Amino acid sequence: MYMLKYTIKRILLMLMVFLVITTMYFVLIKLLPSAPATMFGKDMELIEARRELLGYNEPILKQYKYYWFGRTSYTFYELDENGEKVIKKDENNKTVYEQVPRTDKDGNIMYYVDSDGNKLNIKNEVTTDPLEYIILTKDKVDPETGRKVPVYVTKTVYDKSKIPAGREYVKENVGGIIRGYFGISEAMYIGTDVWDIFMSKIPFTMAVNLYSIFISIPVGLTLGVIAALKKNKLTDHIISTGVMVFVSVPSFIYAFLVLYLLYFKLGWVEATMDATQGAWSWRGFTTMIPAILSMSFGSIAGFARYTRAELSEVLTNEFMLLARTKGLTKAQATLRHAMRNAGVVIFPMIMGEFIGILSGSLIIEQMFGIPGVGKLYINSVQAQPAPDYNIFMLLGTFYTFIGLAAGIVSDISYGIIDPRIRMGAR
Amino acid sequence: MDNRQFDKYNSIPASKFAFASGVDTSHDQKLDTKPVGYFKDAMRRFSRNKASVVAAYIILFLVIFALVGPYLTSATYQNAQVTDTGLMRYKFLPPKLFNAGLGFWDGTQVKEMNQANYYRYLAIEQETGHKVIIGEPKIIVDNMGNTMYKIRLDQYTAVDNYTITVSLEQYQTIMDYQDEHGVQIILPTVNRSKFNTQDPYCASTDISIWYACDSFKGIPTFAKDDQGNEILDENGNKVFIPAYQTIGNDFYVSEQRLPNDPGRAVMERYAHIEDEQERMAAIESDPEWATRWRYATTTGNSLTGFSYVLRVSQYEYFQYLYDFEPRFVFGTNAQGYDIFSRLAKGARFSFIFAIAIAAINLTIGAIYGAIAGYYGGVADLVMERITDILGGIPTTVTTILFNLHLAKHVGVLGALIFAFILTGWIGMASSVRRQFYRFKNQEYVLAARTLGAKDWRIIWKHIFPNSLGTLVTGSVLVIPGVIMSETSLTYLGIINLDSPTMSSIGSMLSAGQEGGAMTHAPHVIFFPALFIALLMICFNLFGNGLRDAFNPSLRGTEE
Repeated sequence: MYMLKYTIKRILLMLMVFLVITTMYFVLIKLLPSAPATMFGKDMELIEARRELLGYNEPILKQYKYYWFGRTSYTFYELDENGEKVIKKDENNKTVYEQVPRTDKDGNIMYYVDSDGNKLNIKNEVTTDPLEYIILTKDKVDPETGRKVPVYVTKTVYDKSKIPAGREYVKENVGGIIRGYFGISEAMYIGTDVWDIFMSKIPFTMAVNLYSIFISIPVGLTLGVIAALKKNKLTDHIISTGVMVFVSVPSFIYAFLVLYLLYFKLGWVEATMDATQGAWSWRGFTTMIPAILSMSFGSIAGFARYTRAELSEVLTNEFMLLARTKGLTKAQATLRHAMRNAGVVIFPMIMGEFIGILSGSLIIEQMFGIPGVGKLYINSVQAQPAPDYNIFMLLGTFYTFIGLAAGIVSDISYGIIDPRIRMGAR
Repeated sequence: MDNRQFDKYNSIPASKFAFASGVDTSHDQKLDTKPVGYFKDAMRRFSRNKASVVAAYIILFLVIFALVGPYLTSATYQNAQVTDTGLMRYKFLPPKLFNAGLGFWDGTQVKEMNQANYYRYLAIEQETGHKVIIGEPKIIVDNMGNTMYKIRLDQYTAVDNYTITVSLEQYQTIMDYQDEHGVQIILPTVNRSKFNTQDPYCASTDISIWYACDSFKGIPTFAKDDQGNEILDENGNKVFIPAYQTIGNDFYVSEQRLPNDPGRAVMERYAHIEDEQERMAAIESDPEWATRWRYATTTGNSLTGFSYVLRVSQYEYFQYLYDFEPRFVFGTNAQGYDIFSRLAKGARFSFIFAIAIAAINLTIGAIYGAIAGYYGGVADLVMERITDILGGIPTTVTTILFNLHLAKHVGVLGALIFAFILTGWIGMASSVRRQFYRFKNQEYVLAARTLGAKDWRIIWKHIFPNSLGTLVTGSVLVIPGVIMSETSLTYLGIINLDSPTMSSIGSMLSAGQEGGAMTHAPHVIFFPALFIALLMICFNLFGNGLRDAFNPSLRGTEE
């Protein structure tokens, strides 16, 4: 019961902290001046229109509201001669809305024109204001790439009587984080859903971290156990010195060494990752080896150090003597009694490491050309001509969430592993 | 009991009695050692930890390097602007500590090249008079049947000679310098029309080629005697045929001329004439004087003023410009800057920055933690939430945002300091808070409070000194962390502190990877990497030793 109450309390507190931090991020990133749309050199009208719809000219907090809850949108139907809505069904028997295409397949912006070629706004009036004549649709699927292009739709509520003959609209709310929509990229991958970008990058980050963990946990634990069992012998001294060196030296130094020895001198590996065949392909794995190695050294040393410290402390306990006295061999006693107790500290560390696989190392990704999220993160803020707000927000909230969640998971796992620890108990 | 037994005592004379205190001494040994205080004990236990002591000395050495290093290279060189002086010519010079010839740390590199290139370096050696090719060349024949030369080049003297355009005063200054120091900076200009223009190699604008070559592969034509045999000089080398210009006025008044210059022979012929004007007249009347080599060409016209185009020997010209003989202990980087002094500057910056940050964070953390820990309750709850929020923000993000927002107002460095302070003090605050929770209910605090001490006095006079040990260790352990973060940020290019006079370890590391520098100039990355690795290892060892020394519960467990 304590556990449950404690967990709930921690999660609620975490959510509060999370909310405050994301709000701070939003305000800080929005305080940066956004470049005029003309600096992007393409899709300028669309960018302007989108910014208008997202309330870029409105107070930041209002923009934040849109960011969370989205905006009202209008979808139009064609009407048949009887004034009935034309409802088309696709092969899955889902309603297909007749939508105004945002762009044609060549990427040109499309809009309604009259017989003289004048651009028309939603009321079928001639206009030159791009905000009026561009009608943005929601969740348009690009037939060529299959990519979703979700966009907000027109900004004004219209009287039903003013809707042009032959068209009718449905009002609904679209976008916002609460609907799982994080916006579209505004500088780096203009027009792409940032969630899609994120999902295409995260496998690379996960792959390199996972491989590294699968190497470092067994090796690190084994070295730690050996060092603890042979404490103050030559083996221990060698392992401890190595651990000391590898824990202290920053990971990019190993990265240099790995690159220099394995790539330049021996030519066994490739310098940068070949991402063309995906994160989980064999080719991806083999070209990722230098990155995996560079990341593993530090983790191996970290695991070995903790294991050695914990295990050597546990081994001095009297229950170990009892275990030996009752006839267990040294191996049995170590495995069944010592390792279990040492696990109280080691297991949460492993848990934390597993949560950490999502966050990725900025430096390693940059060095070995891994197209993961770490690199995306920095680039999003430094993007020219304006920061990519939506990518930054998604990754910022993501990293913060991972950081906070890792703390909770490791705290709670203490309680789960060791019944003696009752977190939150008085 | 019989009274007679005591009778003998009654007859003891008074003179046999003496005061006990006067003669007797205490059997307790007086303490002749001094009492050992907390810090003294910590110091003693620290000095028993050999590894930590060694680490402390290495850190001291690195600190001295950082403080002294920036002054060890000529200031004119350090402040030179890339665009002004063509420092780029001296890029990627390998580290040189010893004189060339040792084969290790001597500024030499083994290179494989074709015959034409080999002769080109040989010609540079002969023209400038500085040894370029160290040792004997190894001649190998590759798969294609080409003869290749594997030679050890002194990279410092092997830098190509180049041309500069100067005003008359500068020209005069260089000539004065030549006469004063007895060196040949200015080399004769080359007459390209003497070359076979059919040969792409010799007709090229390569300024280091001063000799005639007519072979298709750019191999020089060597001087031959009447029988058609190649002449060898006193060292047994073949003699290049110089292709210098001889005609035209070069306004060259320096005494220095190349050894084979016909002008030099003329000057030596009349050197015995004391009077300068007479001597000049005699020299100029000599018919051979007209065949002297030409040392400058002029550009411009009488309206814009004339400029002098000089061909200079880079090794001598370097010394003329920067006033020291090139010898870069850690080599030079892609811009031609001295890595040694730049690394020292970066290190100095890192140390000062880290210590300043640690001090500021210590102060903020101590005050914050003390208040949260001492008062507890609601104050603690609120303050903890604030630290939770700040602690949840990754430092990288803080730095990026601060850099974008504040750098315009307070500079990059100011933004960096703000970013490190914003979240840096949290660790310190929570450790102080823990200490306060531990001590605030102890009896001596109760006693102080009973005697009427104010909260402020209890905090600073009674509890705080007790947690000082933890704080000292904490702040020392913070320093490598700050250096590490700063290095990562500059490495990633999020923060850029680079300028001709300033650098940071992180940007030096990233520079060592750019443009394939790792293959042909690994020294660019080696020294910064070695520095940061050594520093981190030593700080960790030192910090561990300090932590153990300041931990009272470990007292007496070492032996």
